[in-house]
Amino acid sequence: MIEILQYEFMRNALVAALLASVACGIIGVYVVIKRIVFISGGIAHASFGGIGLGYLLGVDPVLGVVPFSIASALGIGIISKKTNLPEDTTIGMLWVMGMALGVIFIGLSPGYAPDLFGYLFGSILTVPFSDIILMSILDVIIISVVFLLYKEFLALSFDEEFATVVGVPTKYLYFILLCLVALTIVVLIRIVGIILVMALLTVPASISKQLTHNLKKMMVFSIFLSSVFSVSGLWISYEINLASGATIVLVSIGGFLIFSLFKKSSLIFKLFI
Amino acid sequence: MEELIKLKDVWVYYDKSICALEGVNLSIYKQDFLGIIGPNGGGKTTLLKVILGLVKPAQGKVEVLGDVPEKSRKFIGYVPQFVLFDRDFPASVWDVVLMGRLGQRGWGKRYSNEDKKAAVEALKKVGMFEFKDRQIGKLSGGEQQRVLVARALVSQPKILLLDEPMANIDTSMRAEFYELLEELRSKIAIVLVSHDLSAISIYVNKIACLNRKLFYHDSKEITAKELEEIYQCPIELIAHGVPHRVLKEHGK
Repeated sequence: MIEILQYEFMRNALVAALLASVACGIIGVYVVIKRIVFISGGIAHASFGGIGLGYLLGVDPVLGVVPFSIASALGIGIISKKTNLPEDTTIGMLWVMGMALGVIFIGLSPGYAPDLFGYLFGSILTVPFSDIILMSILDVIIISVVFLLYKEFLALSFDEEFATVVGVPTKYLYFILLCLVALTIVVLIRIVGIILVMALLTVPASISKQLTHNLKKMMVFSIFLSSVFSVSGLWISYEINLASGATIVLVSIGGFLIFSLFKKSSLIFKLFI
Repeated sequence: MEELIKLKDVWVYYDKSICALEGVNLSIYKQDFLGIIGPNGGGKTTLLKVILGLVKPAQGKVEVLGDVPEKSRKFIGYVPQFVLFDRDFPASVWDVVLMGRLGQRGWGKRYSNEDKKAAVEALKKVGMFEFKDRQIGKLSGGEQQRVLVARALVSQPKILLLDEPMANIDTSMRAEFYELLEELRSKIAIVLVSHDLSAISIYVNKIACLNRKLFYHDSKEITAKELEEIYQCPIELIAHGVPHRVLKEHGK
């Protein structure tokens, strides 16, 4: 493992994996306890429109995703809060609308979209340094917002109606949370791609949820677990030449299965609690 | 007597056509302990949500502490009909009770010593202080209910609204729970709704019936005719109010 670190692309990949683990470790916890897994899936897929927009405008597609994923997060949030449409219906429509827009944008852009596959399924080995900077900035934003609104987010996830009654501006808080999910998706695109984002948002958080009942510990455990999954997935994919994003996802799911089997024999449980 | 809540000719519709509340008039005064009974789907929860400003009436006026509900609801302690689906939810009893103090500070501020003192007091009042580090999902339904009462009390409200509070509390615990409410009543007006006639105890000092329309005489009496209209079936009156009588004498 050490000797492969002499390559710059490998060092970048490793740093990217760790930066992504911070974002998805923290936000994944809220995605799981607030039960917005499918909203997050919708935002992730709708962000494909942003990739297409990036190609069309000739800028870094990841930069195109930032406004697009935030717009779809707010779109889902506002439509589901302001209308009587069922939330899953809204999600379904925005999900496909974003993807359709992406396809149209890419079709309109001149020439051929070379690394489209990488945005869909991740290409951690080709992360440029500029994306590492973007990921670090987004990590800082995510950490600061969660640090400031920690109690409010907990109350929002536990009992939204009660939080409204005591005077917490839950509607805005919910929008902020969805925007953080959108930013996390941007951070994760390079690692696993928009199609596979949900694995890193759900698996580490749902394992750590069973290990601890303290939200802060849960975040730390999730960050640790997603680092383990993404770094070992990266290493396996490098060694036996597999697609990196898909390998990371399968390692995560494999980790979840092993954990569930262990938990059944309840050994690991007694070690932690 | 100071009027805390005033509803005047309140109408509520769901989906623009389903009527949930029909011309409800209600005044709640300081030191009232009002029990509202009515069948399931009769609008009891809706009525509480109107008082809290969570549901907007299509017509009519709602005043809480002389202001619109949205502004006054921070003075209301709300105990919702709450079912915790997620037994693994990462919050302790202590976390949950402190949530009741969230409205009293700006965003991003930590809980003050005053908040923590209020939380200790509220937990002691409901007899759950020893459980403060317990994870909320690991408590029984009745214990969770008491934590939710503490969460409502921690903001030192002027009014307490309880939605079906007895649903999770077994009969032997009910008396104890009512004694707690009776003790609170000297400082806080209490409104308790329930579909179960027998859950309304001798402690309430006023009683109302709700099935879209509200029957309320600002007293502790309801008639058999009203009850039958509300439940839409013959009701056998069994007075359990000793020494206070909820129902009129009957049986001739």
